[in-house]
Amino acid sequence: MDFLRPASWEEALAAKAEHPTAVPIAGGTDVMVEINFDHRRPEYLLDLNRIGELSEWEVGEESVRLGASVPYTRIMENLRGELPGLALASHTVASPQIRNRGGVGGNLGTASPAGDAHPALLAAGAEVEVESVRGSRLIPIDEFYTGVKRNALAADELIRAVHIKKADGPQQYSKVGTRNAMVIAVCAFGLALHPETRTVRTGIGSAAPTPVRAKAAEEFLSAALEEGGFWDNGKIITPSVAKQFADLCSAACNPIDDVRGTASYRRHAVGIMARRTLTWTWESYRGTAASTEGVA
Amino acid sequence: MRVNFTVNGRQQEADDVWEGESLLYVLRERLGLPGSKNACEQGECGSCTVRLDGVPVCSCLVAAGQVEGREVVTVEGLADFAKQRAEHGGCATGACGTPGGSGTSLDEAKQWAAKGHDSQTGEGGELSSIQQAFIDAGAVQCGFCTPGLLVAADEMLERTPNPTDADIREALSGNLCRCTGYEKIMDAVRLAAARQSEAV
Amino acid sequence: MGTTGTPTNITQGSKTKGGIGESTLRPDGTLKVTGEFAYSSDMWHEDMLWGQILRSTVAHAEIVSIDTSEALAQPGVYAVMTYDDLPTEVKNYGLEIQDTPVLAHGKVRHHGEPVAIVAADHPETARRAAAKIKVEYKELPVITDEASATAPDAILIHEGRDDHHIGHVPHPNIVHRQPIIRGNVEEAAKKADFIVKGEYTFGMQDQAFLGPESGLAVPSEDGGVELYIATQWLHSDLKQIAPVLGLPEDKVRMTLSGVGGAFGGREDLSMQIHACLLALRTGKPVKIVYNRFESFFGHVHRHPAKLSYEHGATKDGKLTHLKARIVLDGGAYASASPAVVGNASSLGAGPYVVDNVDIEAIALYTNNPPCGAMRGFGAVQACFAYEAQMDKLADAVGMDRVAFRQLNAMEQGTIMPTGQAVDSPAPVAELLRRVKAMPLPPEQQWLAAGEAADVRQLPGGLSNTTHGEGVVRGVGYAVGIKNVGFSEGFDDYSTAKVRMEVVGGEPVATVHTAMAEVGQGGVTVHAQIARTELGVTHVTIHPADTQVGSAGSTSASRQTYVTGGAVKNSCELVREKVLELGRRKFGTYHPAWATAELLLEGGKVVTDGGEVLADLADVLEGEAVEVEAEWRHRPTEPFDLRTGQGFGHVQYTFAAHRAVVEVDTELGLVKVIELACAQDVGKALNPLSVIGQIQGGTTQGLGVAVMEEIIVDPKTAKVRNPSFTDYLIPTILDTPTIPVDVLELADDHAPYGLRGIGEAPTLSSTPAVLAAIRNATGLELNRTPVRPEHLTGTA
Repeated sequence: MDFLRPASWEEALAAKAEHPTAVPIAGGTDVMVEINFDHRRPEYLLDLNRIGELSEWEVGEESVRLGASVPYTRIMENLRGELPGLALASHTVASPQIRNRGGVGGNLGTASPAGDAHPALLAAGAEVEVESVRGSRLIPIDEFYTGVKRNALAADELIRAVHIKKADGPQQYSKVGTRNAMVIAVCAFGLALHPETRTVRTGIGSAAPTPVRAKAAEEFLSAALEEGGFWDNGKIITPSVAKQFADLCSAACNPIDDVRGTASYRRHAVGIMARRTLTWTWESYRGTAASTEGVA
Repeated sequence: MRVNFTVNGRQQEADDVWEGESLLYVLRERLGLPGSKNACEQGECGSCTVRLDGVPVCSCLVAAGQVEGREVVTVEGLADFAKQRAEHGGCATGACGTPGGSGTSLDEAKQWAAKGHDSQTGEGGELSSIQQAFIDAGAVQCGFCTPGLLVAADEMLERTPNPTDADIREALSGNLCRCTGYEKIMDAVRLAAARQSEAV
Repeated sequence: MGTTGTPTNITQGSKTKGGIGESTLRPDGTLKVTGEFAYSSDMWHEDMLWGQILRSTVAHAEIVSIDTSEALAQPGVYAVMTYDDLPTEVKNYGLEIQDTPVLAHGKVRHHGEPVAIVAADHPETARRAAAKIKVEYKELPVITDEASATAPDAILIHEGRDDHHIGHVPHPNIVHRQPIIRGNVEEAAKKADFIVKGEYTFGMQDQAFLGPESGLAVPSEDGGVELYIATQWLHSDLKQIAPVLGLPEDKVRMTLSGVGGAFGGREDLSMQIHACLLALRTGKPVKIVYNRFESFFGHVHRHPAKLSYEHGATKDGKLTHLKARIVLDGGAYASASPAVVGNASSLGAGPYVVDNVDIEAIALYTNNPPCGAMRGFGAVQACFAYEAQMDKLADAVGMDRVAFRQLNAMEQGTIMPTGQAVDSPAPVAELLRRVKAMPLPPEQQWLAAGEAADVRQLPGGLSNTTHGEGVVRGVGYAVGIKNVGFSEGFDDYSTAKVRMEVVGGEPVATVHTAMAEVGQGGVTVHAQIARTELGVTHVTIHPADTQVGSAGSTSASRQTYVTGGAVKNSCELVREKVLELGRRKFGTYHPAWATAELLLEGGKVVTDGGEVLADLADVLEGEAVEVEAEWRHRPTEPFDLRTGQGFGHVQYTFAAHRAVVEVDTELGLVKVIELACAQDVGKALNPLSVIGQIQGGTTQGLGVAVMEEIIVDPKTAKVRNPSFTDYLIPTILDTPTIPVDVLELADDHAPYGLRGIGEAPTLSSTPAVLAAIRNATGLELNRTPVRPEHLTGTA
């Protein structure tokens, strides 16, 4: 095993080009577990900790450019306003120690369906900025996840940042685990209202081979809101609409039975989370219920 | 490979480090600082918690090569670290000092319980307030989770001097304890916070 | 109520500070908070090698061949050993039945069984070498439950059994069977107005101690070996290790290193023999440290169980009879299975008066992971079932659930189903009364913080799954009974060496035992006993090793009773010698030396009237007084193999819990809000430690109620979740406040009237939480742990 320590982004790209099998390590919260437990012996470890810019973010007009290594703790503390869904998701990540090290770049690189950030990114709308010595490109989040623990990165590419749309409406995030802290998702759900475009976006984690959106549910709900004039009249969403949205979210799942939960439970739980997060975000949109925002 | 970094204010150099080694392994097996504990080595238990450039992290998930040129505080340096903080409002210089050493010698191992700590309180040297509170509140049983909890709790009190119970629980949710049921740990942190606010 | 008994009259040394009854602080506390305390995984030696174990990847297979040549050829590798390299004819070990191979021979019987061991200069070198050992397996069908174990054509897990249980078991794949039969169940059932039946399942729990199995073996010049180890019982280890190494016991010198928790999981050997074998083979010190993954394969677990219960009651609420069958899965090797069967059967009726009982308990041999000791073993599984039954019965009769239990509660004088009369306080009804009398926590605490829901106080916690939706509160009660110490005729003794001398002008006592301090605080209590009995302030606790006689195991809630009793006894013998010395030196100066009752208090010899006769420092000047003596509790007897009758247990211990839970009924997530406990401890030698034990035991019970389970694939018998990512134990956010009410009713048979306390709180915690969840959801819930699937109909 070789340990590569690039001092700059350019050096990192060069190293990755020279050693495409090199495994990038930033927070180490995935890679080191695999090394400690002898599940993985990469030829090269490519340390990204010395590249300071990866831990920085910029808030722009439309979006936030979030460096790949910005720790979850920073997102929780500093980007609650711009990225409420991702901030909530960040707060569900493992433990304070892990949140101090891990970042969204790691979630994306590993591309595990259980990664906590994915549903929030899918719901908010995002593009992944990846780069190689060949050049830079933006991959829409909807095209980023290509299979179980597989993503759209080429072998020589590294994740530099994520461009996430700034919230133009309420966002929520919910995750089921069998413990009240420090737990990997049995399944997770992200929801973002986009009043400017009068659309709704979702993200589902751990309930399909990749993180997915419940597109049929989104379309149904967007249409129902439009039809009923909800965006303007701010009425309470009718239970039948909420139920159908929830059912369509469940139907978007393609889960498996595993040691963390059954497929049947995952479908069920995604439906419940869909209904609840819809209620919370909608109540928040209506501006009536202060009790809908958790302190998470 | 060779790794140079600062531990508890002292410059350290580790040689012949295998690239897959963790910071935890280097501390425990190469620098004679076994206070950080190896309970899970997967970031789930917090018993290896150290401060890396001031930030609490699981040292089992930090690759040794990643600490090059950085500052680490372990439980062995916690008392000095807290003292420095009290005196200078922080330990930014990292000049906190520690006994380095060459691992736990067998003679030391044999003598673990016989160091004259036979009476009431810790009389074996100066402790930080969180360390003393853990002893006084009965928060220590087997003690394997204790070093990580101390580092995490000390950092929380640094940020949040008057925590609510929910704050304490959240801050320590990454540190598993299997002996105490956490009640005495809660007591200890409350006690340290109370003593800290009295002292100010 | 039958709660008689008075605290033992303690006169000796009651004026000496730091004696029994005070919450003195741990002698190892400072070392533990500074990181200096040397745990077994912290051991280090110049030139030491690292040991690595190669484990089977399948659960049941014949070993066709093992090729170690490539591993041996690796640079940095010093030794590779298999079964063929074992030095003597003794190649197995085991607590009671020596059925466990040091290294697999011919076949493997469970997933993760040790097949070969490697020593190398770095752990990574050792791992890579182990990976290069080629083992060819021919897989066999796996036996995973009672049906497959006792099928007519079942493969025998152990062929040619010759242990002392084979004569009375119905099938060679049954380790041990114990019936308990009393009265006439068939006749009594006719008098029952209500009959309640239930089938219960208890999942496989792991001790999940935080300090992994580890130790250091150092070869010594005399051909022997020194072993620094974390264990629960040094001398039991020694008896199993020495014959395999071919060494006399005095050449295997064992010292207890720091122990990072145990809970039963260190009663069996893990890496001890492997480290010694490699050290003797290479002539170099060898350290072995399991990682968490390996730890799940490296020790036995709590027996999973299937329990069938039938109770009857009259319409006025009196129990008529109990018929029960308890099937415990012991896995591939016997470990503590026989004792677990004894506990499950003899305590299977719980702390209740039932005159007509027919209980059968068995432990199976299967290809599942070996199971053995874990806190409350046997009694835990039974308590889960009989407490569920009590709620169902109370409901059937139409009585309050607590009142129903109190009506049937045993008390001092009750005859157990084993025929044994309970001869010390058994305040079962009182414990229930106390736990019920505690104030209930306020409703909807998550709203209390402000106008936004505090998700940290809700089911799902930080994962933000509910802001109150679907959340329903439930309350449940349970009470349990556990035996203390080793039962069934086992010669249960301990040894203490106590020395008194003057050091630096002060009288100092040194207490030396082989008791394994695993965190429970035995070292604290030993110092307290010495202060009380010898009237000194300074007590040194000598490290535990095999240079002193056996202390027995740190298990079965027995150490404070038995080794505490041994320390007290040796102190009393030392005291007599000191007084004798005093009489010889100073007797002529004061008549009271000959006539008065003399005590040692506050560093002085005083009369019972309070007159000071001499300073202990003067009495001991130039002399040291030392006694090493064994001490044993009153004998027990084995249970009759057909009827289960016998004076099997030396002491019983009781705890009751009230659980308050909030359940998100839509997502099936549970938040335990409070777990109140009332426990009789006889005499709290150290109240702070007592409460710590109760809270810790309670939390382990909570864990197996809602999250903890080792999941074994029934098709392959392979463990599916050997990590802390998927074997979850409670975090501080899962653990509620645990108010404790301690009752002290002395057991006159025990030192200071004390009662063993470590296990009882683990028993009733689990069924109390289950009862509270049932109360919240209205579901029957006959298995533990409860998973979200069980609460949402999505299993």
